[in-house]
Amino acid sequence: MKFNTNSNVYTIVYSTIVVVIVAIVLAFANQTLKPLQDKNELLDKQKQILGALKVDYKGQDPALVYASIIPAAEDTLHFGEKEVYVAHLDGQIKYVLPLTGKGLWGGIGGYLALDEDKNTIYGVNFNHEGETPGLGAKIVDIEFRELFEGKHIRNAEGEVVSVAVLKSGKRAEGQEQVDAISGATITSSGVSTMLHEELVNNYVEFLKIEEVQDVESED
Amino acid sequence: MLSQKTKDTLLGPLNTNNPVVVQILGICSALAVTVQLKPALVMGIAVTIIVAMSNVIVSLIRNTIPMRVRIIVQLVVVAALVTLVSEVLKAFAYDVAMQLSVYLGLIITNCILMGRLEAFAMTNKPWDSLLDGLGNGLGYALILVIVAFFRELLGAGQLLGFQVIPQGFYDFGYENNGMMLMPAMALILVGCVIWAHRAYNDKEAK
Repeated sequence: MKFNTNSNVYTIVYSTIVVVIVAIVLAFANQTLKPLQDKNELLDKQKQILGALKVDYKGQDPALVYASIIPAAEDTLHFGEKEVYVAHLDGQIKYVLPLTGKGLWGGIGGYLALDEDKNTIYGVNFNHEGETPGLGAKIVDIEFRELFEGKHIRNAEGEVVSVAVLKSGKRAEGQEQVDAISGATITSSGVSTMLHEELVNNYVEFLKIEEVQDVESED
Repeated sequence: MLSQKTKDTLLGPLNTNNPVVVQILGICSALAVTVQLKPALVMGIAVTIIVAMSNVIVSLIRNTIPMRVRIIVQLVVVAALVTLVSEVLKAFAYDVAMQLSVYLGLIITNCILMGRLEAFAMTNKPWDSLLDGLGNGLGYALILVIVAFFRELLGAGQLLGFQVIPQGFYDFGYENNGMMLMPAMALILVGCVIWAHRAYNDKEAK
């Protein structure tokens, strides 16, 4: 049998068949691989949270380590669309706040671990979609993240003011600061804006409730 | 063992007919993923697999493809394979998939693929097309690895993430060259590779 491969009907039928076959193959692959991909995504998130809590999971299964620190679903507090994870670390409570913001080329995000006073930064972890390698991408490096440790997100009056990321030499008014990454001004200020937006605006409920609880009683 | 023609098909693209330094194809991705060796290696492998597979598929169906929509059919085949590879990477090598991020999807636009499909697979048998695809993919990977080797070594003092330049050098005032991390430097390095390649081959020819 010999078709005229240049006829209109042949072209249309051929294209349709090709597209349908491809669609079936891709849908099948997506369905089969989805559970594995979801598992990877969850594991990646757990690893990042462990990173923010400065937990060393080398040689251990990160999922198990995570489960031992943030054991159950009730340890997740919900505030509207925002979630806060309550971690139990060596008998102490740490709060982990997921962050999202904008860098130079795409989204940036991270996890901020606060001490029980909801003021002192215990640790922080950042991620990014596509910041410049060697410049903006340095926000994920431990050297940058370590700068945040021990900083306070509140001013002396107890108001949430976040922590500023500023070029060395510049001074922030009324809030604590860390040095920006030289050569990565936009990514650095993206981190600064992200922290400010999330802490001052989006987590206001979480950070406020605590003050009320302090005055009343622990339940 | 291999006939001369087979050898040329497979090994030609590694040197005398290299897709990057001779045909000047696939430059954009060569600039983007060569900051470190690891993504360059993975990108090289991914492109090799995709070129080889799409070459075979297009070669198998080459006589049935309507001439007027052949580019579209080629594109569909390539796009399907790229999507498959990216799904598989996300399932089995999540870190690498995240590192390659958008560049993985952009393999679709890598000129080497369409170039080989149009120039070779459309007119050759599947076995030859497989060899041609492997050869071109490896030729591409080779250049990527060379460029990434120098960029990671000079830009970060590391290879595959391991520190290779001893701390002592830094104590004596040696500094990593931040320029190496910028895409512009990759272009200059590709230029240097082309230079060395031409100079060597000219000498061979004489």
